[in-house]
Amino acid sequence: MLDGRGSIRRRSGARLWLSAVWLTLFVLAALLAPWISPHDPLAQDLMLGRLPPAWVAGAEPGYWLGTDSLGRDVLSRIIHGARIALVVALIAGTATCLLGSALGMVAGFYRGWADRLISRLVDIWMAFPPVLFAILLIAVLGTGLTSVILAIVIIDWTRFCRVVRAETLNQSKMDYVHSAKVAGFTRLRTLATEILPNVLPTIIALLTLEMGIAVIVEAILSFVNLSISTDQPTWGGMIAEGRTSIHQAWWVLVFPLVALFLTVLSFAQFGDGLRERFDPVLR
Amino acid sequence: MADNIFEVSDLRVDVADMTRKPLFGPAPRLEILKGISFTVPRGVVLGIVGGSGSGKTTLGRTMVRLAEPSGGRMLFDGHDIAHLSDAAMRPLRPRIQMIFQDPLSSLNPRLTVGRTVAAPLNARANDPRVGEALEHVGLPAEFAQRYPHELSGGQRQRVGIARAIAMRPEFILADEIVSGLDVSSQAQVLMLLEKLVAELGLTLAFISHDLSVIRRLCSRVIVLRSGEIVENAATADLFERPQHAYTRELLDAIPTPDPSIRW
Ligand SMILES: Nc1ncnc2c1ncn2[C@@H]1O[C@H](COP(=O)(O)OP(=O)(O)OP(=O)(O)O)[C@@H](O)[C@H]1O
Ligand SMILES: [Mg+2]
Repeated sequence: MLDGRGSIRRRSGARLWLSAVWLTLFVLAALLAPWISPHDPLAQDLMLGRLPPAWVAGAEPGYWLGTDSLGRDVLSRIIHGARIALVVALIAGTATCLLGSALGMVAGFYRGWADRLISRLVDIWMAFPPVLFAILLIAVLGTGLTSVILAIVIIDWTRFCRVVRAETLNQSKMDYVHSAKVAGFTRLRTLATEILPNVLPTIIALLTLEMGIAVIVEAILSFVNLSISTDQPTWGGMIAEGRTSIHQAWWVLVFPLVALFLTVLSFAQFGDGLRERFDPVLR
Repeated sequence: MADNIFEVSDLRVDVADMTRKPLFGPAPRLEILKGISFTVPRGVVLGIVGGSGSGKTTLGRTMVRLAEPSGGRMLFDGHDIAHLSDAAMRPLRPRIQMIFQDPLSSLNPRLTVGRTVAAPLNARANDPRVGEALEHVGLPAEFAQRYPHELSGGQRQRVGIARAIAMRPEFILADEIVSGLDVSSQAQVLMLLEKLVAELGLTLAFISHDLSVIRRLCSRVIVLRSGEIVENAATADLFERPQHAYTRELLDAIPTPDPSIRW
């Protein structure tokens, strides 16, 4: 008999491993930045300004990805920029996930006034344009890493809440939930041991997606100069600086953009890959 | 210990009729069970039959208190459980079990069979009682590691039965548990139920619209029509001397092999 499972698994395998490799590099770069980056990411040297990457004529040895207009090494700045990206992805992603999923599960499972309250709140939230909302929040909270993380959590919990609520609602109608009631489970136990395992694959896929989104939001906020103080290298900040000299030194813009793109893509692919690999129903 | 495991008197269930709800104000109530009285003696296999929409499922769900009746009394072993709260009902739950019609939806797709059977016992999946329950329903103990989608329909329904009997309940409600199965697995599951009833001394309420299944398994039958009991009799009497026209109608609908038809 024909069975598509074999080929699906092989494809998801490649996806999972490729994204895992990039994410490992990303995490290692962030953790080991001071030891592995070839130069001080803040050291300026106007004599070495706008050096092209190593394989282009006119490059200086040791500056693999070139330098920006102030003579700072692009590779070192990307490696150091990974630190903030990682912190934002992990903390903001996880916090958003916990808040949104918890509210979504409560709304979808207990229904009643809790559901009405949470759903109305989500509706109101969704009516704000997110980027403006973020800028407004940063204006209130002040710039800095904590504010960026807070802003992401405050804005993005609805993404989890909506999806997790709908999924929980679906699951709550299944007979296995009635069966848990007949078995004498408390409501909380039913939610935690019967429904959660069925909503978890969705939550994990959303979580990895959200980690990617958090990196993008941080970059956007850096881009509009509302994120971290400017002397700390961030990918968004580098893209913003690179934009001004795109015609003279494309590499200042392109390399952080590529790093950002690969990281966000890998997070999403990693989530899907994990799901296909470890979900007993899909496996 | 009361002689009758269930004593149901004047049981009423109604739901809000959303199709006739006025724009403002509450919807009118629609009566689904209209004052039902019957008893289930201990050790009896009671058949509940009736046409589609007659209220069989509603009656079953009310008896296991997945739904609350709007009126009447429902004594389980002497306790009136008709209006018990979830918390007050919980200590009685292990004594009243249910086997569901759709085994795929009634088994948690992301838990192994072992965990599904073990969870109500508050045990681990490798608890000896799990293997014992699986053995009782004729499944090898290795099936404890499988997920529901890795089983056939008949095997899934056996897992549903194993989960119910693992708790050693006094009463089990089975709602159309063979209607989703092909004929040969139907026969196997019915045989299994007969065996379990005899071995474990279960009291069983068996909901079905298939009178030939009822005849084989049940010692008493109640016939439901649009929320009312039209006949309540011993199985043999019901099949030989049906008292009510509706019962005769149901009996006539049983397909019998017709010798006049040639292949
Ligand atoms: N939530 C509800 N709202 C309105 N009507 C309902 C509701 N639940 C059940 N009913 C009605 O109650 C009647 C009895 O339904 P029930 O499911 O108990 O029938 P049944 O005897 O199990 O039928 P079947 O043999 O088809 O399973 C039906 O007419 C049904 O339409
Ligand atoms: Mg039914």
